[in-house]
Amino acid sequence: MGAHDGSLDAPERPEAVFCPRCGIPVEHGDHSVCRAALALEPPRYCPTCRRRMVVQVTPSDWTARCVEHGETTRSTWAPA
Amino acid sequence: MTAEAVATDILHVAREQVLERGERLTYDQIVQVLQTSDEQLDELLAIAHEVRMRFMGPDVEVEGIISLKTGGCPEDCHFCAQSGQFTSPVRSVWLNVPELVRAAKLTRDTGASEFCIVAAVRGPDAKLMEQLREAVAAIRDSVDINVAASIGILTAEQAAEMADMGIHRYNHNLEAGRSFFPNVVTTHSWEERWDTCQLIKDSGMELCCGGLVGMGESIEQRAELADQLGELEPHEVPLNFLNPRPGTPFGDLPVMPTNDALRCIAAFRLALPRTILRYAGGRELTLGDLGTRNGLLGGINAVIVGNYLTTLGRDPKEDLALLEDLKMPIKALTDTF
Repeated sequence: MGAHDGSLDAPERPEAVFCPRCGIPVEHGDHSVCRAALALEPPRYCPTCRRRMVVQVTPSDWTARCVEHGETTRSTWAPA
Repeated sequence: MTAEAVATDILHVAREQVLERGERLTYDQIVQVLQTSDEQLDELLAIAHEVRMRFMGPDVEVEGIISLKTGGCPEDCHFCAQSGQFTSPVRSVWLNVPELVRAAKLTRDTGASEFCIVAAVRGPDAKLMEQLREAVAAIRDSVDINVAASIGILTAEQAAEMADMGIHRYNHNLEAGRSFFPNVVTTHSWEERWDTCQLIKDSGMELCCGGLVGMGESIEQRAELADQLGELEPHEVPLNFLNPRPGTPFGDLPVMPTNDALRCIAAFRLALPRTILRYAGGRELTLGDLGTRNGLLGGINAVIVGNYLTTLGRDPKEDLALLEDLKMPIKALTDTF
């Protein structure tokens, strides 16, 4: 599935190019603070294209949707 | 008098005045509590816990919160990632009624008695009021849980309409003490918030009103918030610790030291001996697991379980296990403090 149906299913997702927290390319700078912060916040930027995602947080879950690369949830997310 | 002697004295005063006589601390006394040393912290928390147990009992009120409308807010609250005035990465989104009902059911499954619907707005327009009415009716039809709301500054008519919908509690925070408020918000005044709080009380809904600490305020301004909340006498005070959000004016502020946060919890309990004092946002970052436990043994008697509006919380199972370990039963739906 993954890129075929637009979901960001972790095993088949392309390798992250952009930090999902700050949106800066992962090759640039140290993103260890971002990685730690993502334990307590959902991703905001699509790791593939850097578009800001539409994020909905509920008490028990979250979803993040990129207009180009589809929707992911807590259960399908694999941090960059 | 040495600093240690002052600290010892204020703890003695707190025990005699608040615990024995049930009278809240004054502003000057709250300042003194916030100035106590780390060596005094265990004793301070113990007194605050005794006050909580004496006036509120061992039960803990559990609540879930959800954002009906996220982001795009016209206000400029400097701590908030949902303001449309900053370069925050949070995008605007609305939640539909079926999703709200589903979230209410999942919240109820944790044992929670409260479910609060929040919208990032200055105040409600007719469309939002209608959506809220629809959402509250749908939740009340299918979920056994108290519904609360937080959708900004209200008119008296809107407050009455919400009471009519069956909303039993309304959240509207002072956010900060009056003297520090202009450093936090410039698009509306502290007085507008105070007036809305009075409208809520007049409407018959319970008032939930708290604020944030760790925004760069002085100890005196922190005490001012606790004292002004004491004067307002809300049914519940949610206590938030600043979680610096990227892109906001407060995004680069340091996280509040844990012991300062614990002193705040105790000080707010001693300023509000008969009020529900709830852990709200930022506790995971500021207090961690041990601090969370210490706060529950230092005056806190309510928690938000699960995620917040734009950030994530602890797994509800962890909080529920902690409450069980502390022998603090979850407040039943029918109980009132």
